[in-house]
Amino acid sequence: MRLHHTLPVVGAMTFASLSASAETITVATVNNNDMVIMQSLTDAFEKAHPDITLDWVVLEENVLRQRMTTDIATNGGQFDVMTIGTYEVPIWAERDWLVPLNDLPEEYRVDDLLTSVRDGLSQDGTLHALPFYGESSMMYYRKDLFEQAGIEVPKQPTWEEVRDWAGQLHKPGEETYGICLRGKPGWGENMALVSTMVNTFGGRWFDMEWNPQLDSKAWQEAVSFYVDLLNEYGPPGASSNGFNENLALFSRGNCAMWVDATSAAGKLYSADESQVADKLGFAPAPIAETPKGSHWLWSWALAIPASSDSKAAAKEFITWATSQEYVELVGEQKGWTSVPPGTRESTYANENYQQAAPFADFVLEAMKSADPTDSTLKPSPYTGVQFVGIPEFQSIGTQVGQMVAAALTGERTVEQALQAAQRSTERTVQRAGYLD
Amino acid sequence: MTTPRYKRFLLAVLAWAIALIIFFPILWMALTGFKTEAAAIADPSFVFSPTLESYVAVHARADYLKFALNSVVVAFGSTLLALLIAIPSAYSMAFLPTPRTKGTLLWMLSTKMLPPVGVLMPIYLLFRDTGLLDTLTGLIIVYTLMNLPIVVWMLYTFFKDLPRDILEAGRMDGASTLQEVRHLLLPLTLPGIASTGLLAVILSWNESFWSLNLTSSDAAPLTAYIASFSSPEGLFWAKLSAASTMAIAPILVFGWLTQKQMVRGLTFGAVK
Repeated sequence: MRLHHTLPVVGAMTFASLSASAETITVATVNNNDMVIMQSLTDAFEKAHPDITLDWVVLEENVLRQRMTTDIATNGGQFDVMTIGTYEVPIWAERDWLVPLNDLPEEYRVDDLLTSVRDGLSQDGTLHALPFYGESSMMYYRKDLFEQAGIEVPKQPTWEEVRDWAGQLHKPGEETYGICLRGKPGWGENMALVSTMVNTFGGRWFDMEWNPQLDSKAWQEAVSFYVDLLNEYGPPGASSNGFNENLALFSRGNCAMWVDATSAAGKLYSADESQVADKLGFAPAPIAETPKGSHWLWSWALAIPASSDSKAAAKEFITWATSQEYVELVGEQKGWTSVPPGTRESTYANENYQQAAPFADFVLEAMKSADPTDSTLKPSPYTGVQFVGIPEFQSIGTQVGQMVAAALTGERTVEQALQAAQRSTERTVQRAGYLD
Repeated sequence: MTTPRYKRFLLAVLAWAIALIIFFPILWMALTGFKTEAAAIADPSFVFSPTLESYVAVHARADYLKFALNSVVVAFGSTLLALLIAIPSAYSMAFLPTPRTKGTLLWMLSTKMLPPVGVLMPIYLLFRDTGLLDTLTGLIIVYTLMNLPIVVWMLYTFFKDLPRDILEAGRMDGASTLQEVRHLLLPLTLPGIASTGLLAVILSWNESFWSLNLTSSDAAPLTAYIASFSSPEGLFWAKLSAASTMAIAPILVFGWLTQKQMVRGLTFGAVK
């Protein structure tokens, strides 16, 4: 065999052995805008890390949660990186299901992560997941409608004021509704908002002895207020509206006000996606009795399950996807309103971001002031603003969410709904051994 | 006696109206796939300037062909396997019944009444230990077991309708059981077997619970492909519609081509 014949063969073999040695990691993530961008930047990661190949499993949030819980609880080892929320991290970390992340490289700059977010993803002071993006809640409103009606929004609106404004601006004949709020039942749907309302009305899910407080005066007031507000000044069929439906309604110009996630701001400010981009006003989430727990705190984070066979490669990936360099890469390639918000101080210090996102400082303030460890007026035994950080909360929250939705549709009175919610929550915590 | 013209006309209008109502969601989904995301959430309208941007975006995010190939392998593989197991069992139940046959048939059907999530954990653990997670073989086994009760039931009723004299005549002529099945039973009940097979293919194609829970990337079929475009946070209606249209297109064409056999089979035996 002559040399010039052997060279391509050797070259091909070397290439084949190189690509064969590349480690493939499977990343499970949700189908939210920011994650879709992360997936689209696969090439950038693989170019910088030629020895790692990414395989994606992108699923809808609830399906993904069920899929990942099954896998991690059975030590299935199907995923190397999982996208989980502030709710799951402490619960899973306690069971040693996640790889602790205590030896991160210096250039990762752990101190740059927002303290509230970092605390939410830590167990006994050790990070168990790295934040990909974070959100709080706030109030969006239509500046043009407010100006026409001569309403000035104060620095910190109250729910009472919101009700008055909704009454003035509610014009169902013109398909403009006073207020849009989540009504779709679910712990991450209507209960995210209702829990913040209960907090600010002075209520809590449990007292210090884990007795459910759903039949208390504060719950009664908050839920009655929510039901009346949405029934009188909300869009028709509000009980089936979640984040997406309200985003569609608000961006089409059908809502005068909307209280929901800060992560909607980027989409509402984008003229391609929103018809109200030039008329958008924002304010902190409304308060009632107390400012405590009036706005939620959530972050989507990347974690490595203990069952992964490729922990080192997975760590390479999650430190890349949550780094300052990644934020800059997204800003340059996809536009600065598309960068994942709510994770790093440096994002908010970035001039490009501040210019593109006029809501930046505002969101940062909301994120910093939300305190999951102190979100209720009276003391409570749990952490979490819009959720209770115990494994049983998924079922409790969803059941109570269904009762609240039943009150919203008029199927039950608020009192009946809350009594039923109290009974079912009592049963659940009793069975789980929280009550003596 | 013939049906009066106006009656026939009214019946035709009614049939068209019902067909259109049933078909409308699919039509709307196909149309939405050609809209922009903004147009997809705007007030419903048939007038819009069509664009392929959703198809381009969907194509850029996921390898459609890989998912489609997995769906084809799993749907047809499981159907073949189910037929292979079901034909002998339906034969023995139809032609050589025992006092327990009825009970066995009912017991088989009762397994369909169990919500699949009830056995998710044990099946997941079995699959984990046997290395079947995220494999086409694993999915084929689950789909075969899932469809087996229906396939056996349908074949049983088709076989029962066949006059026993024909098989006895074959036996008199010296045919073995295998020859009897091959040369008499199968050709005579082919429309029934075909429609059973088609139904099993469609059921496997549309199954999403097991495919989402037992696969991750290598063996994920089109149901996982669609699920990756649905989201409670973010508007992806146009992309979801484009992905769904692409996911149902093969089975729609398949159903269209085989509708005659399907209707013939269904009216031939079981559902008279």
